Amino acid sequence: MVHRIEIGFKEGIRDVLGERIKRKIIEHLDVAVEEVETIDIYTIEGEIDRSTLETIAGGPLSDAVIQRYKIDGGLAENFDWLIEVGFRPGVTDNVGKTAKEAVRLLVEESERRRIGVYTSRQYVIKGTLARDDVEKIASRLLANELIQRYEIVNGSKWDPEKGVRPYVPRVIIKDNPTTDQIDLDIRDEGLQEISNKGVLALTVDEMKVIKNYLKNESVVRERKKVGLGGRITDVELESLAQTWSEHCKHKIFNGLITYEDEQGTTTVIDSLFDTCIKGSTREIRKELADNDWCLSVFVDNAGIIKFNDDFNLVFKVETHNSPSALDPYGGALTGIVGVNRDPFGTGKGAKLIFNTDVFCFASPYYSEELPPRILHPRRIYEGVREGVEHGGNKSGIPTINGCIVFDERYLGKPLVYCGTGGIMPSKILGEDTYSKEIKPGDLIVMTGGRIGKDGIHGATFSSEELHEESPVTAVQIGDPITQKKMTDFLLIARDRGLYRAITDNGAGGLSSSVGEMARLCGGCEMDLKKAPLKYAGLKPWEILISEAQERMSLAVAPERIDEFLGLAERMDVEATVLGTFTDSGIFHILYGGETVAYLYMEFLHEGLPKMRLTARWKPPLHSEPDFPEPEDMGLALKKILSRLNICSKESVVRQYDHEVQGGSVIKPMVGIANDGPSDAAVIRPVLESFEGIVVANGICPRYSDIDTYHMAACAIDEAVRNAIAVGGSLERMAGIDNFCWCDPVESEKTPDGQYKLAQLVRANQALYDYTVAYGVPCISGKDSMKNDYIIGDTKISIPPTLLFSVMGKIADVRNAVTMDTKEPGDLVYVLGETCDEMGGSEWFAMHGYIGNSVPKVDARKAKHLYNTLSSAIKAGLVASCHDCSDGGLGVALAETAFSGGLGMDIDLSLVPAKDIGRNDNILFSESQSRFVVTVHPEKREEFVNHMDGNTLGCVGVVTKEGIFRVTGMDNREIIKEETDELKRAWQETLTF
Amino acid sequence: MAKKVKSIVITGNGTNCEMEMAHACRIAGSDEVDIVHISELVYGEKKLDDYNFLNLPGGFLDGDDLGSAKAGANRIIHARVKKSGKRLYDQLIKFIDDGKLILGVCNGFQLMIKLGLLPAIDGDYSTQTATLTFNDSGRFEDRWVYIKTNKNSPCLFTESIDGMYLPVRHGEGKIVTEDDEVLKKLHEKNQIVLQYSNSDYSEAATDFPMNPNGSIDAIAGICNETGRLFGLMPHPEAYLHYTNHPRWTREKLPEDGMGLSVFKNAVNFIRGENI
Repeated sequence: MVHRIEIGFKEGIRDVLGERIKRKIIEHLDVAVEEVETIDIYTIEGEIDRSTLETIAGGPLSDAVIQRYKIDGGLAENFDWLIEVGFRPGVTDNVGKTAKEAVRLLVEESERRRIGVYTSRQYVIKGTLARDDVEKIASRLLANELIQRYEIVNGSKWDPEKGVRPYVPRVIIKDNPTTDQIDLDIRDEGLQEISNKGVLALTVDEMKVIKNYLKNESVVRERKKVGLGGRITDVELESLAQTWSEHCKHKIFNGLITYEDEQGTTTVIDSLFDTCIKGSTREIRKELADNDWCLSVFVDNAGIIKFNDDFNLVFKVETHNSPSALDPYGGALTGIVGVNRDPFGTGKGAKLIFNTDVFCFASPYYSEELPPRILHPRRIYEGVREGVEHGGNKSGIPTINGCIVFDERYLGKPLVYCGTGGIMPSKILGEDTYSKEIKPGDLIVMTGGRIGKDGIHGATFSSEELHEESPVTAVQIGDPITQKKMTDFLLIARDRGLYRAITDNGAGGLSSSVGEMARLCGGCEMDLKKAPLKYAGLKPWEILISEAQERMSLAVAPERIDEFLGLAERMDVEATVLGTFTDSGIFHILYGGETVAYLYMEFLHEGLPKMRLTARWKPPLHSEPDFPEPEDMGLALKKILSRLNICSKESVVRQYDHEVQGGSVIKPMVGIANDGPSDAAVIRPVLESFEGIVVANGICPRYSDIDTYHMAACAIDEAVRNAIAVGGSLERMAGIDNFCWCDPVESEKTPDGQYKLAQLVRANQALYDYTVAYGVPCISGKDSMKNDYIIGDTKISIPPTLLFSVMGKIADVRNAVTMDTKEPGDLVYVLGETCDEMGGSEWFAMHGYIGNSVPKVDARKAKHLYNTLSSAIKAGLVASCHDCSDGGLGVALAETAFSGGLGMDIDLSLVPAKDIGRNDNILFSESQSRFVVTVHPEKREEFVNHMDGNTLGCVGVVTKEGIFRVTGMDNREIIKEETDELKRAWQETLTF
Repeated sequence: MAKKVKSIVITGNGTNCEMEMAHACRIAGSDEVDIVHISELVYGEKKLDDYNFLNLPGGFLDGDDLGSAKAGANRIIHARVKKSGKRLYDQLIKFIDDGKLILGVCNGFQLMIKLGLLPAIDGDYSTQTATLTFNDSGRFEDRWVYIKTNKNSPCLFTESIDGMYLPVRHGEGKIVTEDDEVLKKLHEKNQIVLQYSNSDYSEAATDFPMNPNGSIDAIAGICNETGRLFGLMPHPEAYLHYTNHPRWTREKLPEDGMGLSVFKNAVNFIRGENI
């Protein structure tokens, strides 16, 4: 039997969700509605008598104080239209899962197994609407048809006795777990077709390598022993495709690149990853010698550094762009809970202590026609925001830092960067925690969620551009509570020494996690039939590569397995032994005892031929702008403050819990009214101590339009100076690089591939130069190389984007500072030199120009500034300190003033500047390595002495009355604005 | 000799403030503090009876999927301790009958409300008479608020506290009572311990953002008639040291955060009363 329980609010109780939906229908879709009411539906399968149904409906499913319910009938009444939105079969339904557990507690023991619960929601609408409008509301606001279905009911045809007919989105697939054999001994076109059809993302050359492997004599002989012939199995081919995907193998970053610069000089780079990224870290570690605090870099799911003698810190930043384009909520939610598993699955496993999120979107106010399959940027913005909210908040990890970058070119693919930090004791039961070891004979154990078709081909799909046939199964919805239960369990198991090694199941699923782990001992033997499934009907290859979420893979010593499984059961976490780690040299996969994959480990991991690529750099030349200095500079300042890239993001920030775990020191919003923009976050991970962590980000994709070398230099500089601004130091600061590029491989689809690859090379060269100069080693990173959208004639490529994230140690958090002015009479200093570097600036963008004079970073000067400023802050000489970046001094000064609720008198002629003749250029130049600092007059001398050897100027004073006054270079007052007005301009852009 | 103060902090199924709650119990002077996973209670490895201060921390029990703490409450009501087969709920009722202390913060408060432990009109701990539901803003928010205390309240946790400045971090913090009668009784018996207020704690705040969720009569926290059971939406365990304060870099503040007093009062009470 199938029953429907419908839950609505009682008369007089506010339905805030309904109110919000109503607002969105009116504001976003421009459709007039009078009222929207929501009703939650639980569709329940199972033999349940009426009185038990009453108990279920009145008990866990509804709240008698505010809600009413109806069983097997429609609760809605007096409406014009009703839209019911539910999930499609197989889509994760977290509420349904919780409801199922609750219902099971209330039914007879014998019936429990058969219970299924599925949720849907009704939007009951009053208003005179045409059916088309209702369709528009359903498809453009309420339902994402990729994962949801909807049903529309006209109020005039409503029969409340019958209500909406029950629909059960159960997955029904014929269980036919067969393995196909594929003949690769065919012509090239055929090979390409196999790859395309299977979303394998393998090139013909790569397919040929596999073809040849199968002809190798010893391979033929070994395969014969286990019953395999000359054809490759689908399980093997899929394993290879996952392992060799751009996503997992970073083929471009590891490729052999011939790079030609603007002078025509050619260099050959054997792996950007090795030479530039790992190379700089090697260099820095060599320099640190005995003081090397890096513990594990580039070898694990995340990087590990030493925090102090007792603890290590772990950090990783990931992207989840492609899924977020298709389903912003599910994609982003999966992004955050997915990156959580990286530090969690690093070394012996880390407790998660912070999240950071950086999003890149097109304008939410985008008003032009949308290309096919693209969701409106506002929908993406809200969906991603909510996904990260649920993922972060429900996992109990504070979201301490982040930013949002806007550019129209993120319309085709938004970027969703999610980062997570963790902490681990440096030793557990006497063993180091930063490395991993597996012994042959250890058992392969999977814990957490079950396997379904969700997330199949995520790794290979994200290795392609978004196109017409992008698979629906690539989208998943994370389940933070299942994951939290699992991590609670695994941390206890870790501390009791119940497992030997742990890793995350992310891209490529078991194929990647077990495949990677097997490298530590030299082989594995795993039977896929043992894996717990969400529903029957998965083929062996699907089980192997499914990216179903919330799973970790572990190596457990046989003598600890009973204790491990026992603890899992007690803590209500599913754990299953799938096989054994071996030293056979073989990646050996079975299904029900029969071999379905048998690959040499060496071939699986090392068999991929190096990509050979060409890069050619030709600097672009943009037109130089030609607009006069604005007459009303105050108005200009307000305009720039209200720009999407500069305005307050408080409405988003407040919806993330940034202080759970109790160690919050510098919050995202600071100042007299808790609403000023903090430069970086500071937390205390160990509540008994005052040692802290500073976390910051740098990102400036617009400079890529001129030169990615300087874009990367500026991103690194921005991250570092943000951290310095709150009291961090270069002493122990680690970086994470995260490259999101448009396809840089020349092809028919990408005729400018050589230029784009040159952009990548240049960004990497800067990464090497500046991380070495600052002594900030990258400890882990990520790249996502196919951020293009191609459907029909429309191609949208993102601007090359590098997110540089830093995590540093701060010796005593009590010395940290914030960016808000503190007291009238404090002196305002500008540190660093302001140059005529308007290229790629927000100011130019506001006028529709790019320009050419991109900001350049002088690392030697900057490093000296950072070291001296850091120690000045530590010595208590600085009242406030604010990073100067997008929007330049004008924005930094205004933000500093209004965040402290005070005014400022500023004289631009006192700003240390070089070759600038215009007031607007001094105000809005984005020269790097600059700060706005306020200093108490009594500390003036000490501060200036302390800052010896740096470029700085005292440019004005903090004033009591709330007026922001600026005198231009010609001694004329050019700005006189109330600080409250400036703040209002800054706050009013993004309020939803 | 005074009895030992033994604090238990329950975690599991989505709870996430257990660490700082335990830290608060510790620095407030508890003799013992255990973070106990709910499964340890269900498997009989730990018993509530061995403690005298029960802490129900914030988080998202079962994701708050059926409404905040609803599924969590359902589980506690129906869970049976393995082997003995006794109801876990009965341990909870005995704990209350013994006059011991319970503090619920945020999701823990939501759990107490949904279980009927609060407000427990006329000492009935098994009937839900109020609820905590979606904020009027329709969104989760992390924001610091001022809360004034009711001097006439029997709540022992707020003894000699005039007001506090603490963060709220919730999407479902708006109190609604079953009817006006319940609300009237809450006022009469001074069970309304905390109200969102202006910054000098002189007036209850009705409007957003000072009242962050639209709670009726600006209620932020309530106790039972004995004052030994206390639940509140703001997080006292999130303000234990001055560096937690959002404006510590611009204000002169005492070393201890305001939230610590709540825990100190509980610990001192247990010690003094010998519970």
